[in-house]
Amino acid sequence: MTPGALNRDLAIGPKPAGVCARSFPVRRWAAGRAARAGRGGPRCRLSRDGHVTGVERAQVTMKLIILENYGQTSEWAAKFIRNRIVQFSPGPDKYFTLGLPTGSTPLGCYKKLIEYYKNGDLSFKYVKTFNMDEYVGLPRDHPESYHSFMWNNFFKHIDISPENTHILDGNAADLQAECDAFEGKIKAAGGIRLFIGGIGPDGHIAFNEPGSSLVSRTRVKTLAMDTILANARFFDGDLSKVPTMALTVGVGTVMDAKEVMILITGAHKAFALYKAIEEGVNHMWTVSAFQQHPNTVFVCDEDATLELKVKTVKYFKGLMLVHNKLVEPLYSMKETGAERSQSKKPYSD
Amino acid sequence: MPSNKSVSDAPIFQFTNCRILRNSQLQREDLWVREGKILNPEKLFFDEKGFADIQLDCKDSIIAPGFIDVQINGGFGVDFSLATDDFKSGINLVSQKILSHGVTSFCPTLVTSPPSVYHKVLPQISIRNGGAHGAGVLGAHLEGPFISREKKGAHPEHCLRTFESGAFQDLLATYGALDCIRIVTLAPEMKRSGEVIEELTKRGICVSLGHSVANLSQAEEAVQHGATFITHLFNAMLPFHHRDPGIVGLLTSDKIPTGRRVFYGMISDGIHTNPAALRIAHRAHPKGMVLVTDAIAGMGLAPGRHTLGQQVIEIDGLNTYIAGTKTLSGSVATMDTCVRHFLEATGCTVEKALEAASLHPAQLLGIEHKKGTLDYDSDADFLMLDDSLHVQATYIAAAASSLQPCLQRVHQCFADKGEHGRDHHTVDQLERWGSCPSWNT
Repeated sequence: MTPGALNRDLAIGPKPAGVCARSFPVRRWAAGRAARAGRGGPRCRLSRDGHVTGVERAQVTMKLIILENYGQTSEWAAKFIRNRIVQFSPGPDKYFTLGLPTGSTPLGCYKKLIEYYKNGDLSFKYVKTFNMDEYVGLPRDHPESYHSFMWNNFFKHIDISPENTHILDGNAADLQAECDAFEGKIKAAGGIRLFIGGIGPDGHIAFNEPGSSLVSRTRVKTLAMDTILANARFFDGDLSKVPTMALTVGVGTVMDAKEVMILITGAHKAFALYKAIEEGVNHMWTVSAFQQHPNTVFVCDEDATLELKVKTVKYFKGLMLVHNKLVEPLYSMKETGAERSQSKKPYSD
Repeated sequence: MPSNKSVSDAPIFQFTNCRILRNSQLQREDLWVREGKILNPEKLFFDEKGFADIQLDCKDSIIAPGFIDVQINGGFGVDFSLATDDFKSGINLVSQKILSHGVTSFCPTLVTSPPSVYHKVLPQISIRNGGAHGAGVLGAHLEGPFISREKKGAHPEHCLRTFESGAFQDLLATYGALDCIRIVTLAPEMKRSGEVIEELTKRGICVSLGHSVANLSQAEEAVQHGATFITHLFNAMLPFHHRDPGIVGLLTSDKIPTGRRVFYGMISDGIHTNPAALRIAHRAHPKGMVLVTDAIAGMGLAPGRHTLGQQVIEIDGLNTYIAGTKTLSGSVATMDTCVRHFLEATGCTVEKALEAASLHPAQLLGIEHKKGTLDYDSDADFLMLDDSLHVQATYIAAAASSLQPCLQRVHQCFADKGEHGRDHHTVDQLERWGSCPSWNT
């Protein structure tokens, strides 16, 4: 029995016992919903055919946060990251490990995080970062390399130590050894606490193109035509200049993270979001693997929900009151340790 | 902790909260300096895992490359065309004082003088880097004596010479050694000037056209032989005429060899040229504009009488004339005044005004790979200016030593007192570099 795939056929089956009488096809969500709706009410367990009974085990949830526009999405995501880091209270012997993406989607989030650093509310001194991917064969100081992207859009504006940043080296002599070493570094850092990612129009996470194994690890990948086309705009529209191979963390590598946050904005990602959360777990849409992750947050704007069922959207919008407790109250590193411990324990699922 | 010292032990400076002139634009970036060179911070971050030892908050100033003055005859009572015994101290005095005007490199200029003066003075000019002691000396600019009688301006007539007899040998005999000569101004209409220009260009000396009655074809021929500069455009040359533009016509000439650019110096003090003429030249050929001061010994001194070479001149405000006449003879404007006046008169952007005083002279002398820009690995000679282009501070970093601020203005640097042990640093502390504790460990 697994918190299995979201199978529309279940909609025809009998209603689950012990749950409110809504013929909602998304059984898994109903389980969590019942648990949350009733304060201290009975938690529910999934039975063999996907129905819900009894008491659930620990927190297995997927949250969909729907915000109005790109700006709000970036801000929500940045607040979430800030709260997670501040509440972790990182220190010299306790680093917060963060997985980071590149591309246009996270830019707004990075800007907000830089703003928080500049205000003194957040510090990256004890944060270790691991980037998802890097092109193969592109010189490290090329303006389109992901090293340049991270430096210009994030690292140079904050107080992170260079030895705490890790980005795959696309010019290494032995690419697979570089990938294995990267996995080793993640392990040595104690695993990744929060992995932030985006989604491609073809539903890929990092460069795990359609068809990638859902238990894959960091490795060399050849890029799909879709991705090359999407990236051509950064190379003066010249397809021949776009790198065709990349090093990327695997789906399995990201699934190992304690918590995952996926940012999805824009109408061109709407179909991918639909495939990722309303259809089954499928290696052709690798982000769908995160339906099986114990702790995933999808943060998106209205445009990205265009392909979802109205019911799904309404359901999750209705949960925003609860989900917003992840970002309110907003914690700051300016507060002393005593103040922070006395403040209300935040919503945690 | 600071860089892992894999490349260098020297301290790394980061100038923050400033706008720097890079790629012809004022960009909101930090400026990083180590060992007297501009540092690439991305390379520092990824390759060396390093970051700044000292951060200085520039309070939103503009950071521009140091100005380069290729025509300056003296100042503060010092006359480069006067063969005194303590000539060296004269150069040192001027190089020290012009720092406050934003000049970090210059070419001491000699007007037409008898050969005895050249033989005595030139060996005492040595090409050297700048530092806390003063601006760098790039080499001498010899304006004359091979110039036209009709356009001698303030130059003494009895010292004028021609190339008739021995051409290049004549020149060698007049000047003595050529080692530290950087620019020579001559009149191209003189016989055999072509071969002289070629010989000089072969030796890496920049040839400039000035104090001449040449027509456009003579000037173009000179450019084809290798000339690349025009000394104080409009002054001491035939005026522009629509059927024979003369030397001024070089600005838009189509006979310039490809890949070559003709630069022209202009004294934008508001006196030597009418602002309208400044605008005409700038609009015709903006990339060739080189701002010069043509400053004389009286620059920086009170009004009155002073010497210039073999002549006596009189200063009255910003005007200087040959005593008893109305012939202009050099200027007493400072480089930063010239830049400000240029900005105001042409209405050009701040970037263009700053480039005319830094990048273009560096390009003229072929040293733009290390001077005149804030590109990575170029010499860290730069200025901190406010929005109206007044110089707040001048920085020159000598080759091997640490950063030496050259003006006594105090800058507070903001750095967190963390486990990195960085402290507030004032300019005085930076000058006593050896005693700074945070990086000696």
